Amino acid sequence: MIVAERKPMAEILEMVKDCSRILVLACRGCVTVCSAGGEREAAILASLIRLGMKKHGKTIQIIEGSLVRQCDKEYIDAIDEWNGQYDAIVSTACGVGVNFIANLRKDTLVFPALNTTFFGGSAEQGVWMEQCAGCGDCVLHLTGGLCPVARCAKSLMNGPCGGSVDGRCEINKDTECIWQSIHDRLSGLGRRAQMDAIAPIRDWSSSGHGGPRKTVRNELTI
Amino acid sequence: MSFEPKITLFSCHYASQQSCAEHGKELQELGFPATITMVRVPCTGKVQVTALLKAFEDGADGVYVVGCPTDSCHNVKGSIRAAKRVVAVKKALEELGVEGGRIEMYHLPRGLHPEFVAAGVAMDKKIRALGPSAFQI
Repeated sequence: MIVAERKPMAEILEMVKDCSRILVLACRGCVTVCSAGGEREAAILASLIRLGMKKHGKTIQIIEGSLVRQCDKEYIDAIDEWNGQYDAIVSTACGVGVNFIANLRKDTLVFPALNTTFFGGSAEQGVWMEQCAGCGDCVLHLTGGLCPVARCAKSLMNGPCGGSVDGRCEINKDTECIWQSIHDRLSGLGRRAQMDAIAPIRDWSSSGHGGPRKTVRNELTI
Repeated sequence: MSFEPKITLFSCHYASQQSCAEHGKELQELGFPATITMVRVPCTGKVQVTALLKAFEDGADGVYVVGCPTDSCHNVKGSIRAAKRVVAVKKALEELGVEGGRIEMYHLPRGLHPEFVAAGVAMDKKIRALGPSAFQI
C-alpha cells in the first residue's frame, strides 16, 4: 500500500488560513489502512484545524467527507455532492488523490494534508516499513523476494557494501542489511549461488528518471 | 478576576466506580474539585483521540484520563491504549502551540482511593496555574 503521514499542523493551518469553509476529504484506500488519512484521521484533523483556527481567533466551518478512493475518476465525481459548500478541499489522500482532484476539478482549490512517504506494509501494529521503490524493473526473482532497491540504503545491486555489522545497516542500525538477509534467505533456499552472478549496470529510466511514467494496457482501453 | 477552570475527566468504570456512590457525595466530601466534569466510560481504551480533542473544542481548559494500572487493566490493554492516545493529543496540542500539560493520563487502582481525589486536585492546580486555554475565544 501507499504509506503516508500527516503534515505538521503549522503547514496545514497556513494552507487554510484564508478559508472560512473547507471540506476535509478522507480516502478509504491505502491511507485508511495505514491510519494516516481515513475517516478517523480526517475527523482528528478537522478537530485540530478547528482548534488551531480558534487559537488564532478565527472560526472555520468544516465538512467531513470521504471517497472510496481518490485515485479514480469515477470516485472523484462524488465530490460534486458538496459543490458550493467549501472554499477548499483538504485531502487526506496520498499525493495521487490530490493530483486527481486537481486534474479533474479546474476550479477547485485542493491542499494536501499528508506527506506521501513510501510503498510499504505493516510490520506490526502501528509500524510500517518500506518494501518497494516502484522502480519499474523488478529484480525480486534474483534476490529471494527481498528488494535491494528499496531496502538497501545505497540501492546496491551486487551484494553488501561491506559496512554492515551483525546484519545491521551502517547508515541506520535499526535497519537490517538487506543484502545480508538476501544472502541468508537464498542460502536457506539452496540458491546462494545466484549471488555469484554479476548484475549488469542498471537502466534507471524506468524508475522515473525519464519523467512521469504511464502504463497503457490496450486490452482494457475503450 | 479569578479563573475557574473547566476540566474534563474521562474515567474508566473500574477506577471510578466508588466515586459515583451516593451521587458523588462522598467524592465531594473528600475534596474532589468542582471544576471537574467526569465522563465515565466502560474502558479508557474506548476513548478515541477525537473525544479528547472534542473536550477541548467544547471549552475544556484541561483534560485527563483515569484508567486501570498498566499491569492490571480489566480489559488487558485498554489503559495502555488510552495512555498512547493521550500522548498523541499532547503532541498535537504542542504542534498547535498549546501546553501539552493540559492533558494527562493517570493509572489508578479500582475504587475510591485517595489517589483518585489527589489526581483531580493535581489537575485542578495545574490548570489553574496554566490559566485559560488558548482555544477559548
